[in-house]
Amino acid sequence: MRRAVLIAIPYVWLLALFLVPFFIVLKISLSDIALAIPPYSPTLDLSAGWAGIKEFFSQLDLENYVWLTEDDLYWKAYLSSVKIALISTFFTLLVGYPIAYGMARAPQEWRPTLMMLIILPFWTSFLIRVYAWMGILSNEGYLNQILLWTGIISTPLTILNTSTAVYIGIVYTYLPFMILPIYSALERMDGSLIEAAEDLGCSRFQAFWLVTIPLSKPGIIAGCFLVMIPVIGEFVIPSLLGGSGTLMIGKVLWEEFFSNRDWPVASAVAIVLLLILIIPIVLFQRNQQKQAEAEG
Amino acid sequence: MNRLSWFNTVSLTLGFAFLYIPMIILIVFSFNESKLVTVWAGFSTKWYGELLQNEAFLDAAWVTIRVAVFSSTLATILGTAAAYVLVRGGRFFGRTLFSGMIYAPLVMPEVITGLSLLLLFIGIGLDRGILTIVLAHTTFSMCFVSVVVSSRLITFDRSLEEAALDLGCSPAQAFRLVTLPIIAPAVISGWLLAFTLSLDDLVIASFTSGPSATTLPIKIFSAVRLGVSPEINALSTIMIAVVTVGVITASLVTKRAMVRQQQDEMAAARTE
Repeated sequence: MRRAVLIAIPYVWLLALFLVPFFIVLKISLSDIALAIPPYSPTLDLSAGWAGIKEFFSQLDLENYVWLTEDDLYWKAYLSSVKIALISTFFTLLVGYPIAYGMARAPQEWRPTLMMLIILPFWTSFLIRVYAWMGILSNEGYLNQILLWTGIISTPLTILNTSTAVYIGIVYTYLPFMILPIYSALERMDGSLIEAAEDLGCSRFQAFWLVTIPLSKPGIIAGCFLVMIPVIGEFVIPSLLGGSGTLMIGKVLWEEFFSNRDWPVASAVAIVLLLILIIPIVLFQRNQQKQAEAEG
Repeated sequence: MNRLSWFNTVSLTLGFAFLYIPMIILIVFSFNESKLVTVWAGFSTKWYGELLQNEAFLDAAWVTIRVAVFSSTLATILGTAAAYVLVRGGRFFGRTLFSGMIYAPLVMPEVITGLSLLLLFIGIGLDRGILTIVLAHTTFSMCFVSVVVSSRLITFDRSLEEAALDLGCSPAQAFRLVTLPIIAPAVISGWLLAFTLSLDDLVIASFTSGPSATTLPIKIFSAVRLGVSPEINALSTIMIAVVTVGVITASLVTKRAMVRQQQDEMAAARTE
């Protein structure tokens, strides 16, 4: 009995506040925009009984989805979000792996401190960390000042409000998500395996490629999912660091909702985004479960 | 093995420089005399003074702290229960769906979570304000708490709980006297994580807040859109300082608890 209550409380909470809302989004994505409060029609009127429910369902249609395919903006935004997410995940891995590797190879007594140094920025406000780059990358920013002063360039580079700035921002803010799972995979690794590989005639690089990389694969996979999935729907970074040329679907959804006040189209944008993400999310969850079971 | 090779030294140095230099610049320029953030004009703390005069920021900070305290506490209770159910609950109907709902919010883009919760609140006629932000923050941060707590539950020795049950504890007593003290560091760090996630959140709060309740990130975001300003630098510095002190304290507390636990385990092993 107690067990049932313990299971039911978090279960019902998540059903009501995580799963049910998606069905509401789905329903509103099939509705029409209206000049009313709330700004969509039809609204379900249960007082009219069965006829009211039938009337309600007959008014739902796929019009908003048709609109999404007709306007270039949306599918271009989806494509460019996926492209930005893939490229920035690759760069985050490229920057993050050596750091995780260095941490795992550092003397035992340093590791808690290094770990804390990685976690600290992760706990610091996301918004502040993105904001910090605005001062660095702007035309009169610190980076341009240094480059001009050293004479490397003679005219300031335009970096802020371009895609480059968005990539820098993503790699910077999502780096801890990549480092932590890779580090925990590398730390568990048995060092004697590398020695064995070297004894058996592998060069250091071969030992790294044939032993270390495969053993850290679960960490790499988890890190890539943790970066890639949320980046596809990222809003803060493109709106602060990106310019009009950087199209990302999270920003489109935000503007559709807050500026155009077109809730049905915003909902349709969200549903399509969810459909794109559902496969990586399921793969991520499988990966996490497999790892949890391997540890347990 | 125990010495760092030059490659590892270089990658760690560059990595930490990349992570920390932007924040150090931000902090240094919060003490800049000039209104122009990019030109150094001498040391001054005047922006901190102006910040304390700014009613709108102070109000928003107060709303944010209240939301964070309530939502992180609720999230810790729900998240710990969820972790316990996932790790110790055995099989039950809809277990896969349950674990899916725990892991999915970790990577779900915030714009989707925010939009869906807002439409739910409108649908059931709940006025947007502090309550709706608390509900929204609790929902996504309980999943983070549950992941932190369940990783501790997985690694700890289950026979301790079984021993307590054999010695006559009820399941509730065994949880309170054996399980909870052991997982306490994870529960505390889960609470801290939920607290900072709530302090930090812009997107979900923007969707679920009403005109009556503006949080600090919403205020910062609208100010930052207009460009870099020394007042925001000062505010950021204060927030970085609070988080730094919090994280260092938390890690010292966890370290001490772990050392004590190891000593206990070694003592127990000796008496055997």
